[in-house]
Amino acid sequence: MPLSLVLVVIVLLAALGYAMGRSRALAAGGGSARTLNSVPRYYGSYVALWAGLPSLVLLFIWNAADGAIIRGMVIDRIAMATSVTAPAALNLAFANVVNLANGALNSDGADPNLLAAAGYYNHLQDLSGQIAGALVLVLALCGLAYALRRVRPALRARNAVERVVHTLLMLSSLLAILTTVGIVLSLIFESIRFFTHVAPWDFLFGLQWSPQTALRADQVGSSSAFGAVPLFAGTLLIATIAMLVAVPVGLMSAIYLSEYASRRTRAVVKPLLEVLAGIPTVVYGFFAALTVAPFFRSLGQMAGLDVSSESALAAGIVMGIMIVPFVSSLSDDVINAVPQSLRDGSYGMGATRSETIRQVVLPAALPGIVGAFLLAVSRAVGETMIVVMAAGLAANLTFNPLEAVTTVTVQIATLLVGDQEFDSPKTLSVFALGLTLFLVTLCLNVIALRIVQKYREKYD
Amino acid sequence: MINLRIPASPAADDTVAAGQNVKFAARDVNVHYGNKHAIRGIDIDILENEVVAFIGPSGCGKSTFLRCLNRMNDTLDGCKVSGDIRLDGEDIYSPSVDVVHLRARVGMVFQKPNPFPKSIYDNVAYGPRIHGLCASQDELDATVERSLRGAGLWNEVKDRLADPGNGLSGGQQQRLCIARAIAVEPEVILMDEPCSALDPIATGLVEQLIDELRRRYTIVIVTHNMQQAARVSQKTAFFHLGDLAEFGETEAIFTNPRDERTQGYITGRYG
Amino acid sequence: MTERPPALPAGPAGTQTAGAQGKSPALTSRHMSDASRARLKKRYAAEARFRFYGVAAITLALAMLVLLIGSIAWRGAGALVETWVSFDVYVDPAVVSADDPANPQTNYRKLVYEGFYQQFTPALSRSDQRVAGSLISSGADRFLRNMVVSDPALIGTTVRLRTPAGDDIDQMRKGRIDRSLPQAERKITDRQLALYDQLVADGDIGLGFNSVLFTSTDSNEPELAGIFGALIGSLMTLGVCLVCAVPVGVAAAIYLEEFAPKNRITDFIEVNINNLAAVPSIVFGLLGLTVFLQFFGLPRSAPLVGGLVLALMTLPTVIIASRAAIKSVPPSIRDAALGLGASRLQAVFHHVLPLAMPGMLTGSIIGMAHALGETAPLLMVGMVAFITSVPSSLTDAATILPVQIYLWADRPERMFIERTSAAIMVLLLFLVVMNSAAILLRKKFERRW
Repeated sequence: MPLSLVLVVIVLLAALGYAMGRSRALAAGGGSARTLNSVPRYYGSYVALWAGLPSLVLLFIWNAADGAIIRGMVIDRIAMATSVTAPAALNLAFANVVNLANGALNSDGADPNLLAAAGYYNHLQDLSGQIAGALVLVLALCGLAYALRRVRPALRARNAVERVVHTLLMLSSLLAILTTVGIVLSLIFESIRFFTHVAPWDFLFGLQWSPQTALRADQVGSSSAFGAVPLFAGTLLIATIAMLVAVPVGLMSAIYLSEYASRRTRAVVKPLLEVLAGIPTVVYGFFAALTVAPFFRSLGQMAGLDVSSESALAAGIVMGIMIVPFVSSLSDDVINAVPQSLRDGSYGMGATRSETIRQVVLPAALPGIVGAFLLAVSRAVGETMIVVMAAGLAANLTFNPLEAVTTVTVQIATLLVGDQEFDSPKTLSVFALGLTLFLVTLCLNVIALRIVQKYREKYD
Repeated sequence: MINLRIPASPAADDTVAAGQNVKFAARDVNVHYGNKHAIRGIDIDILENEVVAFIGPSGCGKSTFLRCLNRMNDTLDGCKVSGDIRLDGEDIYSPSVDVVHLRARVGMVFQKPNPFPKSIYDNVAYGPRIHGLCASQDELDATVERSLRGAGLWNEVKDRLADPGNGLSGGQQQRLCIARAIAVEPEVILMDEPCSALDPIATGLVEQLIDELRRRYTIVIVTHNMQQAARVSQKTAFFHLGDLAEFGETEAIFTNPRDERTQGYITGRYG
Repeated sequence: MTERPPALPAGPAGTQTAGAQGKSPALTSRHMSDASRARLKKRYAAEARFRFYGVAAITLALAMLVLLIGSIAWRGAGALVETWVSFDVYVDPAVVSADDPANPQTNYRKLVYEGFYQQFTPALSRSDQRVAGSLISSGADRFLRNMVVSDPALIGTTVRLRTPAGDDIDQMRKGRIDRSLPQAERKITDRQLALYDQLVADGDIGLGFNSVLFTSTDSNEPELAGIFGALIGSLMTLGVCLVCAVPVGVAAAIYLEEFAPKNRITDFIEVNINNLAAVPSIVFGLLGLTVFLQFFGLPRSAPLVGGLVLALMTLPTVIIASRAAIKSVPPSIRDAALGLGASRLQAVFHHVLPLAMPGMLTGSIIGMAHALGETAPLLMVGMVAFITSVPSSLTDAATILPVQIYLWADRPERMFIERTSAAIMVLLLFLVVMNSAAILLRKKFERRW
């Protein structure tokens, strides 16, 4: 039974439950809602929840679990039929079976063992669907019947319904924690698998990055190296260039807008700056690769410099422009939080505007600005599309902004795209990089958010 | 009536001259905030080396008028000042006047102590530095010490000049703000309810200080506390709903008010 | 002081200089000295400089914005039109079966090229036929097939087929290839040029609205590539994201703002949410890869998975915006409802939520706009494949507009650059619409308590 049909049936049953529960409550109350503990529609909701919620939960759990179970059963079958035992080979065979079963792979001339397994896979899928459908429907009906029996005037239907809603709300808020836990666990697990191939020390401090594993041992560059220092250096270089653009421009824009600009100018310029923040990063990447990089290249040629067509400079500058609105809006908030009385104190002594800003407002706003700066760094470090499109793949250990460098995010994006064998160190290295990236940005964010928060408290 | 002619002799520095000069002269000053007519046709003369108190119920415009005297109202959006205000005979609202320069001559102390987020030393040194009053570090040190002594704060802070200014108590902060103002060596100090955020002991210290400062500076103080006005000022101006209801010798205003609004206020019928 | 004192005498004009010249008693003030005046001049110069930096910063940022949009519009404007070739094709009943015109074995290709060669007089030699064939798009047969399938009555008649020209011809028609260069230095041969000129002379070739861009899917031939598939993929993905992120986000915000006790756990949740909002998006892609693809075994490249990943990514944004909206509703409204005997939940759902709704919607729309432009995490869950079919369900392989842009940006053909820019403009248009909706919503319902 297809999933969507089961869902529709559950919804219909819940609706039916609502109607029945409501009318039953009214009937039990002798046609008047006054004698009931709650308003009739709460009795309806009560029955509907009993009918819908447990069955939905069951459906979800079943669907989450059946993939793994079926996979295990099919792999056992393949292992028995073909006497293959290596987990990697079995995984590959299973992928082929799934493709055969979906018709994504042409069945002509396929291994008959695999074909049989594909048939088995389809059979299991169907069976699972049918069992799930039947179980879920039975559960829904049971829930409906149980709840209907409990409907009587004394039932505190509203409290019951509200308890459920309350729980749902709480679960929603727990999802944030769940997401973090999911990120941490998935990154750590895969990273540990990576570190069984490559020592953490070699990863963090190695100077060579060439993740391509050769197919044959005698090929050129057959030994892959996973020293991430060139990536860290490239990330640092591009982030530094970006911050060199973003901080002065963003900060000065914020200062001008909050301290000098008339209300009208502010009303026009601020949204325009925010437009910069709303442009997707892939567009910046395109701009960097097709407009800015060639521009610097021809500029370099005129000056007799050899600028790579995928220079760190182009990527960094475009990234800086992308971060400008981020820095400026954060700084704007921070600067506006500086109490007017401090400005008054300074003006009252005959300071000019710029003296007041430089010597009173900025020092007062400094913690907040540092926080904004850290958040911007974290954003620059984690930015992917601009560097993927404009910074290149060459893992050069260099601090020359005119050369091509690669970054952590570029490697994550490019190593995982394409064929995916989940056990090779090449693929697993992505998770180690991801973990590093996550930890670094996490530290930056936590520190920055704490600083900003402290700062807000100070002037609230 | 006050003699409006500016005498040729320069004002004495430390002594109260007998024939005092007019420091501030205001004629027909009106202030509008958007549509609100906050100050209506104020005429007043403030003499050199004199403490003038502005009193009146809240919202009467006394602070607004005070802020006209060093053009602090310029920093507010939608505030329009008209009329004639002269400092030493010079129209401070004339286009040729530079606000920065004006405010260096007419300093201000605010209602809430607002020390800068810097050290005590840097707070006081801020003014002399931006105005370039001190040629050397020694001179700056001397100025800071003199100003802190002038504000009666030196003995309390001399050992911790590098501590942040907002670590001081409220009363100390306000005296720091006064020290900061006198470090610029202004001619006039405007004080906008300088004691409203202070406890009685701190208030007493500040009042004592005002009395001493009078010998060197002209002081205009806004206060809602009538006892304070009576204690510190020589002249008192009573503002009411944007009008200057009465202006005269403090003693006369408090003992024998001519205006019935003043009478009502002083006797506590409203406030 | 009842009567007005005499007006002030006309003050000395330019009193400032008067003071400096020593006519005024204020001479004693240190602020009236010449040194002070010179210093003031310097201070004002510094002031002007500082102000200039501010103006320069804003100008620079805005100039970059103009340059960015301008360069893309300039490159992409050409893609709004495409070069079309029209010619007569005889739909031979011997080739096309009237019973089954859609049969994939039907050789429409042959019909198209036969018809096209007839276009030229004198008749083309064999080698010229090959040259002529390169003038029209290699996907021309698709257009004939669609025509005939939608109207089988055309079989046995001669139809006028309109098909895109090949990409080099298109670029030449748009003046991007300099025909005055020697043959070796341009992409078009002299022979192609001669045949092209013949078509121009007959009026059979010309520019027309580029409908292909908006109706077809990805293709290796730039003149046949369109964004329709990616657009549908984007809408599906965004739909999943919306359905998942907004209700959960709003629910979480309600809980945190209205019900959560203030304890360690809620503090931790709060830190978590703020943090997640700043985690690099590609990390969410890795999460989606391991959890949705590997653990739950959901299909790769599917809008369902893409939408779920984007939902996790936008969730913090929605929660933060919704919390701000709820916070801005004054407590007096809650108190009023509670005072009438409403339960807390009723007070929230009947009174607080309706008032907070505009703010929540605004935040959600902005979150969705961000999700629409997001690329990196979707690369991780495989939405980067070359897909030539329009997805029909949430589990079909699909691509999305930003990824399509990314894929096209890598193609060397000039026409792809043009199409990439056009696709960017479409994406930006969507974003502008969404953000304007958010702004309008905010303006309309803005309320001050």
